[in-house]
Amino acid sequence: MVVNNPVLKIHNLNIRYGDSLAVKNCSVEIEKNKVTAIIGPSGCGKSTFLRTLNRMNDFIDSFSLDGQILFDGVDIYDRQSDPVDIRRRIGMVFQKPNPFPKTIYKNITWGPHINGYKGNFDNLVEGSLKGAALWDEVKDRLNESALSLSGGQQQRLCIARCIAMQPEVILMDEPASALDPKSTAHIEELITKLRKDYTIVIVTHNMQQAARVSDYTLFLYEGELIEYGITKNIFTKPDNQQTEDYITGRFG
Amino acid sequence: MFFRFSHSLSMKIKERVIKSILALSAFISIVTTLAIIGVLGRESFTFFLTVPVTDFLFGTHWEPLLEPKSFGILPLMAGTLLIVIGSGMIALPVGLLTAIYLSEYASNRTREIIKPILEILAGIPTVVYGYFALTFITPVIRIVLPQTQIFNGLSASIVVGIMILPMVASLCDDAIRSVPVTLRQGGYALGATPYELTKSVTVPAAFSGIIASFVLAISRAFGETMAVTLAAGATPNLTLNPLESIQTMTAYIVQVSLGDTPAGGIEYQTIFAVGGLLFIITLIMNIAANWIMNHYREVYE
Repeated sequence: MVVNNPVLKIHNLNIRYGDSLAVKNCSVEIEKNKVTAIIGPSGCGKSTFLRTLNRMNDFIDSFSLDGQILFDGVDIYDRQSDPVDIRRRIGMVFQKPNPFPKTIYKNITWGPHINGYKGNFDNLVEGSLKGAALWDEVKDRLNESALSLSGGQQQRLCIARCIAMQPEVILMDEPASALDPKSTAHIEELITKLRKDYTIVIVTHNMQQAARVSDYTLFLYEGELIEYGITKNIFTKPDNQQTEDYITGRFG
Repeated sequence: MFFRFSHSLSMKIKERVIKSILALSAFISIVTTLAIIGVLGRESFTFFLTVPVTDFLFGTHWEPLLEPKSFGILPLMAGTLLIVIGSGMIALPVGLLTAIYLSEYASNRTREIIKPILEILAGIPTVVYGYFALTFITPVIRIVLPQTQIFNGLSASIVVGIMILPMVASLCDDAIRSVPVTLRQGGYALGATPYELTKSVTVPAAFSGIIASFVLAISRAFGETMAVTLAAGATPNLTLNPLESIQTMTAYIVQVSLGDTPAGGIEYQTIFAVGGLLFIITLIMNIAANWIMNHYREVYE
């Protein structure tokens, strides 16, 4: 599928852990300011694929890849590319909320601080927390530990921490899977709002969630890209039989 | 369907026997500890019937074997403190830095080489460390600082520092590695370098474990015996000059235990008083370490 305004272009990507191939010959373009969902059964390589996009797999010794991932026209796995710089521009929200054991305020300011942010930190904190729909709940307790927040609030804090860096892309790895239904609804609402300013790639095993929040859906099965298209089409009239079997719950 | 558990009675007896054996094993260490406390307490008590506690704790002369006798523990205390401070100045920073290197920077291969070496270092008998100090470290110090005495606190401090280094490194490494990997990933995902992550995420999160390892290491330095007996000398000396010959509390106990001091005399009782004090100090430090570990344990979830 060709998109109008791609921010990430992935060409013939193969990802290996040691000798086993986790993602096979995958070519995808991710459109700017849209939400792209990656769905597929457990172990299909969707998290691996996502983490490859901001070089979070670099820490795994057996990890290797070939093919290209172009971000603004530059291959992020090129020898010249600095993973630290890439992660500043491509942020990530994880499956389990992982705020630092610091105050709410410091959770937001830490990333910008170490990256040399020169502006007003109070404004940054307020703006980021408002962006993550958390401001009203925590504005009077910014100096309390982030660990005193509920799970759903912690996850929104992690999103706030991520947008404080003003990234171009936000990767979300099953961001609501550890949360209760109410917090999940909060996060989904937030994702649809964030699309205005950010490109979002979200991995989810919850197909209803993919249908609700995404513009494009990418279906991976056993490391292979089976189908990629507009979410509405994927969920109403998929081209591929495997996709249809998966979204109708016949396997996975 | 009907099952008949024909072995149930013999199983019960077996379980009971096993439980008793296990309980007995645990009991041995309790009894030993109580017995040691009992002996230390009894002999120290007789000692303090002749020597006032204040003379013991605040006296500045330690001459229990020569007339006129004096029983001020401060010179021995100064000797011990000199070793503790000196060795701590080496082992704590180097141990922490080693741990940071091992847990955050080293590749798995490097780690697999360094870890066993640290374990070997921890397994060397302390008397060997003493010889090493006396025959190698001291001559080297005397080349640089010729006024250094043959037996001196500096050499002993260095060698005790090397001795407790693996313990600090290993405990700090455990503490740092127990920081959840999700926290690290969160830091890296915000564009942190390994140094920034270590400085403001992992080390602060592991802080209680690090401090506890420091306290345990210091407590070990307090009780260290053979190396300081060999390298630091046998001169009770109220000084903090590391180039002079000194005597630590432990080294004094060795001296009296090895000599021909008759059992039952005041000279003999001194080692129990000194040993009792040493016991109280290390006990307090170990309790402190445990308290720190439990009290400041970070809750991550």
